[in-house]
Amino acid sequence: MAVQIIDRRLAGRNKSVGNRERFIRRYKQQIAESVRRAVAQRDIRHIEQAESISIPQKSIREPVFRHGPGGIRDTVHPGNADYVRGDRIARPPEGGSGQGEQASGSGEGEDDFTFTLTKEEFMQLFFEDLALPHLLRTHIGDNPQWKSRRAGYSQDGTPHNLAVLRTMRGALGRRIALTKAAQRESQALQAQLEALRAAGDGASEAATGLQRQIDALKQRMGRVPFLDPIDLRFRARTQVPVPNSQAVMFCVMDVSGSMDQARKDLAKRFFILLYLFLTRHYETIDIVFIRHHTQAAEVSEDEFFHSTESGGTVVSSALVLLGDIMRARYPVEDWNIYVAQASDGDNFSNDSGNCRDLLADRILPLVRYFAYVQVAEEEQNLWEEYGQLLPLYPHFAMRKVAQPGDIYPVFRELFKKEGVPV
Amino acid sequence: MSMVHYPVLERRVGDNPWKLASTGERRQRSVPREPLPAGARPAQPLPDPSDWSFELIERYHAAIAATAERFGLDTYPNQLEIITAEQMMDAYASVGMPVNYRHWSYGKAFLATERRYRRGHMGLAYEIVINSNPCISYLMEENTTAMQALVIAHAAYGHNSFFKGNYLFRMWTDASSIIDYLVYARDFIAQCEQRYGMDAVEQVLDSCHALASFGVDRYRRPVRKTLARERLEREQREHYAQQQVNELWRTLPARPGKDAPAQAAERFPREPQENLLYFIEKHAPLLEPWQREIVRIVRKIAQYFYPQRQTQVMNEGWATFWHYTLLGTLYDEGWLTDGVMLEWLGSHTNVIYQPPVGHRAYSGINPYALGFAMYRDLQRICQHPTEEDRHWFPDIAGAPWLPTLDHAMRNFKDESFVGQFLSPRLMRDMRLFSVHDDASAQELVVSAIHDEEGYRSLRQLLSQQYDLGTREPNIQVWSVNLRGDRSLTLRHTPYQGRPLAEDTREVLRHVARLWGFGVQIESVDGEGRPVQLYAVPAPPG
Repeated sequence: MAVQIIDRRLAGRNKSVGNRERFIRRYKQQIAESVRRAVAQRDIRHIEQAESISIPQKSIREPVFRHGPGGIRDTVHPGNADYVRGDRIARPPEGGSGQGEQASGSGEGEDDFTFTLTKEEFMQLFFEDLALPHLLRTHIGDNPQWKSRRAGYSQDGTPHNLAVLRTMRGALGRRIALTKAAQRESQALQAQLEALRAAGDGASEAATGLQRQIDALKQRMGRVPFLDPIDLRFRARTQVPVPNSQAVMFCVMDVSGSMDQARKDLAKRFFILLYLFLTRHYETIDIVFIRHHTQAAEVSEDEFFHSTESGGTVVSSALVLLGDIMRARYPVEDWNIYVAQASDGDNFSNDSGNCRDLLADRILPLVRYFAYVQVAEEEQNLWEEYGQLLPLYPHFAMRKVAQPGDIYPVFRELFKKEGVPV
Repeated sequence: MSMVHYPVLERRVGDNPWKLASTGERRQRSVPREPLPAGARPAQPLPDPSDWSFELIERYHAAIAATAERFGLDTYPNQLEIITAEQMMDAYASVGMPVNYRHWSYGKAFLATERRYRRGHMGLAYEIVINSNPCISYLMEENTTAMQALVIAHAAYGHNSFFKGNYLFRMWTDASSIIDYLVYARDFIAQCEQRYGMDAVEQVLDSCHALASFGVDRYRRPVRKTLARERLEREQREHYAQQQVNELWRTLPARPGKDAPAQAAERFPREPQENLLYFIEKHAPLLEPWQREIVRIVRKIAQYFYPQRQTQVMNEGWATFWHYTLLGTLYDEGWLTDGVMLEWLGSHTNVIYQPPVGHRAYSGINPYALGFAMYRDLQRICQHPTEEDRHWFPDIAGAPWLPTLDHAMRNFKDESFVGQFLSPRLMRDMRLFSVHDDASAQELVVSAIHDEEGYRSLRQLLSQQYDLGTREPNIQVWSVNLRGDRSLTLRHTPYQGRPLAEDTREVLRHVARLWGFGVQIESVDGEGRPVQLYAVPAPPG
């Protein structure tokens, strides 16, 4: 019997993507709300992960005409143990899985429809209405990066770019154009010659003359080259400038004794969110971690988040280091620079003015965006000094964050699409 | 207007639905009275590594095909497709079809399946089989060799022969064109989404889906059409249908002497209509042509699935019976190793497990278990009838079993199959009993058990349980207010006093969206008087 075995494993994966998208689109409101909750609550190290979302079953039910409870029902069941005809059975409690209704043995209630958003979908929703302020790509003149694109055909080029089809098409046209007249003429002559031959004059003077003419024409046609240099066409490529797509993110954090674990945690979340956001907009991102107490140091990510220090705080030390690294390794022509600074606002009292000057003179002119979050309520001198910069630099922002739930709104506000005037 | 110009109209009247084409794929083959004799015994059984290979699948298939041939199984040509678990879930989500239009509800199904699968709450089905010609069976990549053999026997020979043989499928579905039609539907709906926006299309689809099970003709066969014809005819149909609708809603005053004056008083529709979607497609006043086409697509697909909903026990039972018989025979004849045998028997036993009532896993009668038991029982009645069988089934007791089973497969649906062939012996084996639940009474009553007085009643009740007509409420288009507010009235005729569920109002809103004007539903009470249940005003805009 005819059989056909087809291996479909490689074809048509993810056929349901379209359906899935439609589902998420339809329930965006509820899903976005869940995402917001998840971001506010869940452990940050797992921020960029799939998330399971619950939607009330009721709101996604597809209604159909069906029987409701009530009326008379006769049902047949298997596995009779000891009933005989006429036995009376107490009615099972309402809502129980009594009368052949399907029992929810899956362990979760019928109330919620739960499913898992993929990491991508989760982040998509998370960043949905955010865009970086000043997301102006570094100007073309500033950073010449070029990409080669197809640009039609040209008459000259290197052999490996030869467009054979185009070339042959052109050659064919040229051959037809150059030989058509001669061909027509030779056909006419040929006809005359045939006529002469038919009349028995095949060997006459006129016939030989005609034959000669025909031969001459044929020779002329034969001299039209099959391929001529003017036929050649080459695939042309042109260089187009592409905007720079690399960014560097500086994370600056106070790790002095006054920054306890909870405060650090808040800062941590902020950094991670910024990082995730940048990953959506730039192909390559460098991160530089600078921590400071009285002295600043560039450290690894692990050290940055997990080691504890004690002692006083000199914020300017970090800013100096920041400026140095920026100048040495991340020339502003090639990099989009973002800085996120987190602190509890505590600073060595004479240092804050110094910080303001450093920012204004050395750092803010070079960066795309500078965000400062204070993870404590009380306003100290650093907050005041920074506050003076706020009206002067539209790409400078500062906010206070008191608890994990605040992070997301603050983050949104900082990067709201129209929030910062350009 | 000549019908010749509009061949698209379904010729619903005068087309004899019972007459089947007798040529080509639909020709019936005769079934042998006894299985044909086996070929030579193989020198050694087929190899049984747990990992399958294409070559092995071919060899197993060849052995199974040869055996099926000996039992006279008549099938469409087979197409086995190897797919991954992920693709299996995709197939699940789009109601098992290889192509389908896009809709959020399929996304929902996919997410639900995926989640349960990932958490290990459910295994995926080993196979999905599609009623098409050639018959497509999906084999999952994860299956072992033995499981692939089981799936081939089950799907590619069991289900396949059922699709080809059963009268409902022969009458209602056209295996050769379903895939084409789905391709057409998907493209059309994608085009609509582009042209009219996703939301607009989604709304129409939502409303149609709400009515899908009331979009089937229960008694008449649809006309068969090829994809090319379907495409060609759509435009004409749109144009013509709109014209018809306009005619219906004409408000020009009747010309004296020309238009019959009685027309105004005539009720519309003249007779109640059971096919809600068909009625809406043809008569809804405000639908755009593309919306009518979507209604039609949903209706057509619902119609295609209608036989499947009516033959679950028979279909699964038949496939299970045949994988059991085919693989059993192959084992007896030395084709299968003990390992393969034990493995597929393990799955087989799981599939036909029927937990007794009160068991934690009990959720009604397992159609696989009931169907399989009934076909086995039929075979037994033919081969080793008892006195009781001779009394209950004088026609088939002792008759050759192959033609008997073939007959039972071809000419019944679940309801009539149970009504005809459920034997007292099987009722005893399954220890069936029936419970009478009258909502107005305090207690439930055991109305019949597997004893002499109970057999007939049990059989009748179980048969009724599979009758779609009693499982779904009976709702029909009753009337349209032609000259007034154009509202549509549906009528519900209760069965055994069962009321409609709460979401009826929701469904009515969907009907109103399609109809464009107010919709109400009334229910006939005990004395035959209609009582209005819900009324939904015309949708805004």
